[in-house]
Amino acid sequence: MGANETSVIGQSIPRKEDARFLTGAGQYTDDVVMPRQTYGYFLRSPHAHAKIRSIDVAAAKAQPGVIAIYTGADLTGVNGLPCGWLITGTDGKPMNEPAHPVLAQGKVRHVGDPIALVVAETANQAKDAAEAIGVDYEVLPAVVSCVDALKPDAPQVHDAGNKCYTWALGDKAAVDAAFAKAAHVAKVDIVNNRLIPNAIEPRAVVASYNRAEQAYTLYVSNQNPHVERLLMTAFVLGLPETKVRVIAPDVGGGFGSKIYLYAEDVALVWASKHVNRPIRWNCERSEAFVSDAHGRDHVTHAELACDANGKFLAMRVTTTANLGAYLSTFASCIPTILYATLLAGQYTTPAIYCEVTASFTNTVPVDAYRGAGRPEATYVVERLVHQAAVDLGIPQDEIRRRNFIRKFPHATPVALTYDTGNYDATLDEAMKMADVAGFPARKAEAAKRGKLRGLGYASYIEACGLAPSNVAGALGARAGLFEAGEVRVNPTGGVTVFTGSHSHGQGHETTFAQVVAGRLGIDIANVEVVHGDTGRIPFGMGTYGSRSLSVGGSAIVKALDKVIAKGKKIAAHLLEAAETDIEFKDGKFTVAGTDRSKAFAEVALAAYVPHNYPLDKLEPGLDETAFYDPTNFTYPAGTHICEVEVDPETGKTTVVAFAACDDFGNIINPMIVEGQVHGGVVQGLGQALMEQCVYDASGQLLTGSYMDYAMPRSDDVPGIKVGTKVTPCTHNPLGAKGCGEAGAIGAPAAMMNAVHDALLATGVKDIQMPASPHRVWKAIQSAKA
Amino acid sequence: MSVQLSLTVNGTTAKADVDERTLLVDFLRTQLALTGTHVGCDTAQCGACTVLVDGRAVKACNVLAAQVNGAKVTTIEGIAAADGTLHPMQAAFKECHGLQCGFCTPGMVMSALDLVARHPNADEAKIREELEGNLCRCTGYQNIVRAVAQGAAAMAK
Amino acid sequence: MYSFELKKADSVASAAALLAQTNGKALAGGQSLVAAMKLRLAQPGTLVDLSGIRELSGIRRDGDSIVIGAMTRHAEVAASKDVQAAIPSLASLAEGIGDRQVRNMGTIGGSIANNDPASDYPAAVVALNATVNTSKRKIAADDFFKGLYETALAEDEIITSVSFPLAKKSAYVKFPQPASRFALVGVFVAQTSSGVRVAVTGAGPSVFRAKAMEDALAKSFTADAAKAVRIDAAGLNNDIHGSAAYRAHLVPVLASRAVTAAG
Repeated sequence: MGANETSVIGQSIPRKEDARFLTGAGQYTDDVVMPRQTYGYFLRSPHAHAKIRSIDVAAAKAQPGVIAIYTGADLTGVNGLPCGWLITGTDGKPMNEPAHPVLAQGKVRHVGDPIALVVAETANQAKDAAEAIGVDYEVLPAVVSCVDALKPDAPQVHDAGNKCYTWALGDKAAVDAAFAKAAHVAKVDIVNNRLIPNAIEPRAVVASYNRAEQAYTLYVSNQNPHVERLLMTAFVLGLPETKVRVIAPDVGGGFGSKIYLYAEDVALVWASKHVNRPIRWNCERSEAFVSDAHGRDHVTHAELACDANGKFLAMRVTTTANLGAYLSTFASCIPTILYATLLAGQYTTPAIYCEVTASFTNTVPVDAYRGAGRPEATYVVERLVHQAAVDLGIPQDEIRRRNFIRKFPHATPVALTYDTGNYDATLDEAMKMADVAGFPARKAEAAKRGKLRGLGYASYIEACGLAPSNVAGALGARAGLFEAGEVRVNPTGGVTVFTGSHSHGQGHETTFAQVVAGRLGIDIANVEVVHGDTGRIPFGMGTYGSRSLSVGGSAIVKALDKVIAKGKKIAAHLLEAAETDIEFKDGKFTVAGTDRSKAFAEVALAAYVPHNYPLDKLEPGLDETAFYDPTNFTYPAGTHICEVEVDPETGKTTVVAFAACDDFGNIINPMIVEGQVHGGVVQGLGQALMEQCVYDASGQLLTGSYMDYAMPRSDDVPGIKVGTKVTPCTHNPLGAKGCGEAGAIGAPAAMMNAVHDALLATGVKDIQMPASPHRVWKAIQSAKA
Repeated sequence: MSVQLSLTVNGTTAKADVDERTLLVDFLRTQLALTGTHVGCDTAQCGACTVLVDGRAVKACNVLAAQVNGAKVTTIEGIAAADGTLHPMQAAFKECHGLQCGFCTPGMVMSALDLVARHPNADEAKIREELEGNLCRCTGYQNIVRAVAQGAAAMAK
Repeated sequence: MYSFELKKADSVASAAALLAQTNGKALAGGQSLVAAMKLRLAQPGTLVDLSGIRELSGIRRDGDSIVIGAMTRHAEVAASKDVQAAIPSLASLAEGIGDRQVRNMGTIGGSIANNDPASDYPAAVVALNATVNTSKRKIAADDFFKGLYETALAEDEIITSVSFPLAKKSAYVKFPQPASRFALVGVFVAQTSSGVRVAVTGAGPSVFRAKAMEDALAKSFTADAAKAVRIDAAGLNNDIHGSAAYRAHLVPVLASRAVTAAG
């Protein structure tokens, strides 16, 4: 099928990767088996904060099956884990960057902090031995709240103090002036609840060392193998990059949690050389709860200044963000660059000022989780807008319309320039999909049954397609954020694509194949997409931030451009025509104005069997690589509308309907895009209604398993209506904006605005996420009192 | 301490002497190299390890292999036809985009087979209720529910 | 998990003898026990597997009672035509235990012997005034559940079956804890031959009868009567999913819904 550029682009083609997933033939990291493999197990701190007086491994080492035990003291020459983004504070100084040791050095700073690695013949033996390790702790008081950590008497997590930075963006003077003149100020106090990503595949590693090559192979459940390799070799182990091959085979979900260079990855690679046998490690789920990076955890006070007609004049936001015990790989930029820059939302608000203080606490490190800063920003903006509408008595859709940006490109007061969008279109469509007109009748009917219905809007925008390297660098990134793609045409005409993007659920093996098949006019079955292996792919920054199609796909398009350009030269030779007269369309190189043509496959064969070929001017072969550095972020945007029904007797909130209308630019595979929205919305529902990571005052994690951390299940969620509008991205060749995070960004605000709407009549003014039955019931009781 | 196991797995007899602690999922993955059945949690709540034991859905991570000695076990590797033609439920999952990362999928499909065996005409609400033992973090469940309904209809033919 | 010896019993007598000799634990469906052993929270030296004992399975109607063998899986109780006809509330309670995979393995005997404070069956046993038949004796419902994970069973005593008398009307309504989906509070209301009985699970350290609720419903078996009852929060469970006050509040709410469902 598909000889025409348009025939596969935009089609909901079933996925090529499903064949192996549906038959149990997927190869996830724990499925990899190596000869003479051993088992690793990490001994972790049971205390949130303690000095380690001594560690005694003698008894443990003597346990059956134990091969080696390593502690922090053994890891000589191994540096700490790096942070990839330098934030400069309002004082002009670089952020406080305390050491992040691979295994604890004299102190543990969160429950779960790894202390020792045991390597044994079986998993049970490794665990048994770990239990025999004697650690003498001097327990210290702990601090878990990011706000408490900044108080003068707070326990100090690090010697240089608990404050990582205070950072700000925007024009404070302009904002203050606008507030002084405002007719009305809407205010919200928000806790953006700490979440645990919980990809269903736990993290896993199989690390091995090859003495002949003096090189390591690391199989790891990871979203960005080249980044993992670069950070590990250049910053931590002091090895040439080429000495570590990182392979992320099939990965069972990431959502951000598998971006980072984790201590376990480093310790296992390092140890594999010392024991000279492969070491495998699976993170148990309860272990994941105390070692995978957590998400969100902000405390915010925000205000929106309006005129009497609900026109937004200014916004000011003060946020405290919890980084956890150590700086994780991208942690510093989440509550700053990926957050404050989105506070304009879809609106023309002319003046914005945001100040963020990030602090260390005795909790698991916090980093990007689906949306990474943009859900937090959207929540602030859309709760303020909702509140302003309620305060001023303006309908929710109307207040948004009065403030939408309509002229593009639009430079916001928070550093970004939106290229294009049509916010009215997505709002109008969402309202139709949600049957807003019928809501009053549904609300009345529910009231007869003693139930409270509410409707909530979230008109969100996100900055995706990370990122223009020079901009990122200016903002503190320590890496480039381009992407690489190689299009290798095989002699028989099939194409292999090597991409620096990674697929862990997004279906790139299908969508990237669609891009290539569509452009080259070949059968999609003949396009193979290879990802996840530093040994096969030149370079890549990986998949997160909804960047794969817009950045990774664009790199492939650039490589395709080069392939076609070379193909034209070859075709010109074969057709004895001038190169400028050659057109490429529908899989054929044609001499313009004639019917003389050569098929793509013929040109490919000629390149590899160059008997009739301009060897004096052109190299044989047809294999091109491109690196694409975007010139701007992309700006997916849309409106989500949620309808909830609250049972005031139990406090239970049911989402009865959810409509999402999003503008993702050009869409390659609508079915896959819809799936991304469904998944994101349900994660958003999880944040809004049920998920919360809870620590007690001493730093013990009370939600340490699925027994206490509520994850959305199939009967928790309604059918989600998905619609799209298209304003193509103006600055990448696919016109694609990205779609992977939108659901998680818009849904929490839409859902909580709906809950607030439902509870308004009970006198509840303000309720935090998650709106669990217990919390809703308590809020209703308090409002009655 | 070890136990002598003899079970039928996907139609083939499997015999082994294993440590008594061996969970069914470990036996399948390690002894028999049937890695399609996955481990997603340690409190038997995610369902990724679901297989059929004598036709009934069971979490293989929460059952000692010894408990199902002598039983007939079916895993995800055992439901397609010998010539590779997908089972109607597998085909439905593919057509409906009922999977993304694929990790929960084997357990989801096996659970769906048990669901359809007991409730061949389950409507959407019933399907959602009956899948509560299987967590998915990627799909938001919507396409999974559609796939199960479509698979059930195809199986009824 | 830690090592153990596995013994498969072929009769109730041999199972009881093995438990006495080895100080081991009975293995029924394993849904709670295996899970605890995996987390290294339980470390029995010996497991006595009951799954081969035929006399422990089966559901039969015995006059005015339904007798359910201890090894009967929840899915079988839910699907049983006899139970559905005689005590539909019991079938529907079994249908709501855990998830389908748990219901295919978990057993009634295992569940009530474990006495998890949030499990469903204890509420049915107490509300319906069932009798727990063991290898040694018959134990009345009111005497069986003693406290948190504690029952009247001796170390070497095995439940063989549970006899549930038919009730005139009964229903069970559970409000799930959002994560585990065990009962945050579950209320079983029954009009039995000895009067109204109301059993509450999930709210306290073990199942209890709500006397005030029983008295109110004995006077007037209506949803409104149930709702008007105030339950004392003292002694009720308090955790991140719900305060004692919330649980106390839910008892009459669920009881009234159970009264409505009972017909």
